[in-house]
Amino acid sequence: MKLAAAILIDGVIDASWLFIVAVGLTLVFGVLNILNFAHGSLFAVGAYAAASAVGWYYGGGLGPPFLGYLLMFGAALAVALILGPLMERGVLRFFYRRDEVVLVLVTYALFLILEDATKLIWGTESYYASEPYALLGNVSFFGLSYVGYDFALIGLAVVTGFLLWFGLNRTISGKIVLAVIHDRDISRAMGVNVTRVFAFAFTLGVFLAALGGAFTAPKISVQPGIGITVILLSFAVVVIGGLGSVEGAAIAALFVGFARAAAIHLVPWAELFIVYLVMALVLAFRPEGLFQRASARKI
Amino acid sequence: MSGIFGTLAAAVIACAALALAGYAAPNWLVLIATLAFSKGLVALGIVALMRGGLVSFGQGTFYCAGAYAAGMAMRSFEINDAALLVALGAVAGLILGVIIAPLLAGYRGIFFATLTLALSMIVYGILNKTYSLGGSDGLNLHAPSFFGYRPAASENASYALFLFTSLTTVIAAAMCRIHFDSVRGLLSHAARDNEIRVEYLGASVRWINGVNFAIAAALGGIGGALSALSLGHIDPDFAFWTTSGEFVFLAILSGYVSVTAVFVAAVLVELGRSYSSQYFPNTWQGALGVFLLLIILFLPGGLGSLALRLRVSRAKPEPAPAETLK
Amino acid sequence: MTALLETIGLQKAFGAVIAASDISVAVEQGEKLGLIGNNGAGKTTFINIVTGHLKPDAGCVMLDGKDITGRAPRQVRRDGVSRSFQIPQLFTSLTLDQNLLLALAILREEGMSSWQPSRSDARMAEVDDLLDRFRLRPYREQTVAVLPGGVRKLVDVAMAVTQRPKLLLLDEPTSGVAVEEKFPLMDVIMRAIERTDTTVLFVEHDMDIVGRYADRVLAFYAGRIIADGEPGTVLSNEEVQRYVTGGAT
Repeated sequence: MKLAAAILIDGVIDASWLFIVAVGLTLVFGVLNILNFAHGSLFAVGAYAAASAVGWYYGGGLGPPFLGYLLMFGAALAVALILGPLMERGVLRFFYRRDEVVLVLVTYALFLILEDATKLIWGTESYYASEPYALLGNVSFFGLSYVGYDFALIGLAVVTGFLLWFGLNRTISGKIVLAVIHDRDISRAMGVNVTRVFAFAFTLGVFLAALGGAFTAPKISVQPGIGITVILLSFAVVVIGGLGSVEGAAIAALFVGFARAAAIHLVPWAELFIVYLVMALVLAFRPEGLFQRASARKI
Repeated sequence: MSGIFGTLAAAVIACAALALAGYAAPNWLVLIATLAFSKGLVALGIVALMRGGLVSFGQGTFYCAGAYAAGMAMRSFEINDAALLVALGAVAGLILGVIIAPLLAGYRGIFFATLTLALSMIVYGILNKTYSLGGSDGLNLHAPSFFGYRPAASENASYALFLFTSLTTVIAAAMCRIHFDSVRGLLSHAARDNEIRVEYLGASVRWINGVNFAIAAALGGIGGALSALSLGHIDPDFAFWTTSGEFVFLAILSGYVSVTAVFVAAVLVELGRSYSSQYFPNTWQGALGVFLLLIILFLPGGLGSLALRLRVSRAKPEPAPAETLK
Repeated sequence: MTALLETIGLQKAFGAVIAASDISVAVEQGEKLGLIGNNGAGKTTFINIVTGHLKPDAGCVMLDGKDITGRAPRQVRRDGVSRSFQIPQLFTSLTLDQNLLLALAILREEGMSSWQPSRSDARMAEVDDLLDRFRLRPYREQTVAVLPGGVRKLVDVAMAVTQRPKLLLLDEPTSGVAVEEKFPLMDVIMRAIERTDTTVLFVEHDMDIVGRYADRVLAFYAGRIIADGEPGTVLSNEEVQRYVTGGAT
């Protein structure tokens, strides 16, 4: 019983940061039709940036502790505003007209470059940004002790999800983005500046990845290699949820969160295997994921 | 049939040329070439898959299977003959490939790429925790024998392994070339272009992809066994994503016009790696990434397409190289 | 005599769109059948169901007395059905003669070799013959991707014809072809199949083509067949004129 509660709660906590990251991946896919291999590295850059910012801030005792959170947010924003346009305008846009396979290779190349760039900038030792983690105290559930920060993370995920949903469905800019997701050529013909939508959507995707990284940084040791784990997990979430679906990403994040939590408690060496097993099972019943996009007929 | 005879003739010449070159070359180059050829074989498997439109980011799975099969055979069953070990590696890769192919048969593009990557990382994770196979430390192998001949001096051993690897490589490459030039080979290209039409003509795309996947798996296993013998050591890193990614890089660098280009590219990359690890250890992956972008932008047909442009005045052209990565 | 093709009560809906509603048709061997109807009437859906691309919600498809409902396109092809496409489905990175070569090689089981070179003399002779019959020789070495639309249409139809099917389904064979080429194209196709007495169903929007090449016409509207008979009769049918050809007042 205690184990079940632990898995449930750990699962929801895991699902939170997974959702934030995966929804960025699925959004970029929906708008640009690119599954960004480098998304995991962007998470890592966000984590490193936040860890550095936090280290500098708390190390110097520079102000009220809770401002550290704002700093983490700012770090994620900075990463997005620098890397988003750089990657999209600087590299990706030259390959939009090409084969799907080529785009896979291009984002893979960006992944490789970012992985080494992080090593060059931050080195190979681990970074810890534990101060923000301790700020919110502890909570107890069913005799299990949890850190308040983790529950705030759940809150962050919910707020992010809501803002995204609201932004896409209830604002004009959001509806324009939805139009581009459905058909970019017709959107262009109707006067939408598709180039700008692409740049915006990609940057938003980068921001979400970096945000996930920044706010997960206090929980983990930030070191080389977290990028690959994150891309593999977010890919599973995006596929289970359905490419391009925000609601799908939310539900799938819960699936994967629970699967991972169960694996970590019961069979830790098979953690990734369990996640992909869950994905395989979902795809067996719903080959396009939980929330499938309507697609036009081919012949 | 002249195509086949031409390929076989080229194979014989290549064997002779490599034997001579290996004899004359310094030992460090022989060692590099041996390892490069083993990796080239894995990349050749990816080329076979790419002709059908699929890119596998997880060939490390089969590379690892072949390596560990050879390693276990040597340690637990005291099999020392190189040919037998490599055959076991091939079988291990093939069996694993045949089991996995149906699971992946329905996927294309980024799905296929990421699923194969996940597979590779799953294998890595499991091997890391499997202490009976050495865990993260892996296993050590001693030098193999070659059809009874057990080389005494280490230089003789390197040359013997080089000859054996070259022979295996040339045979595998020739078989692949013949397959690529055949109807089934052309069908892979067709499947890449238009699966619907292939099915409507009466052929099965699942079967085409399955066969290509099995070929890639077997080649991966062979490459893994050869690398194991070459390095004398195997560990779970053989299945790590960086290893798998390098094979992809090799395949893109060489392109799929020329089989020879794969091995030329492999030697170049292996030379590049040893240079880089001495002077710039933390930038190898990034360098590969930059080169990958450059190749995609400026030489989408890979190195092989350069060779094609030299030949184009003489022979009938193959599918235009510019289309290969479009 | 059993009809070559018989569909019984085919039903297919895509959400609220009814693409096929109780389609029951019997086609005799050797018939040349024209399918007409406005866009969205269900003609291509009919072809997609017969060839196995779509599974009907209800009903069955019988070929030569054998139930082929729901069989995959690959199997239906082996059963003796071949089709061309509204939008040409070709191997765009290969040359024209490679496209035809593959169509021929797949047809013959022994052509599917893993070691025989793809270009054998015997096979190339057949390809040459096809190229001549469809007047595609000037384009033979060109990559399909650069061929003009009308030529691609020709290649698409040629590939379907090479299969020597019992039943040939052509989806808008002359769309995208220049007006002065439409009759010659249809002549080539009909000549290519006359020796084998192939049954042909072709979807057409050009009523001149329908009038000239079809023995019998089926008119589709909103998923139903609203007329079935000789071209003259069908084309002067009031409903057909109202919903398809736009002739009536």
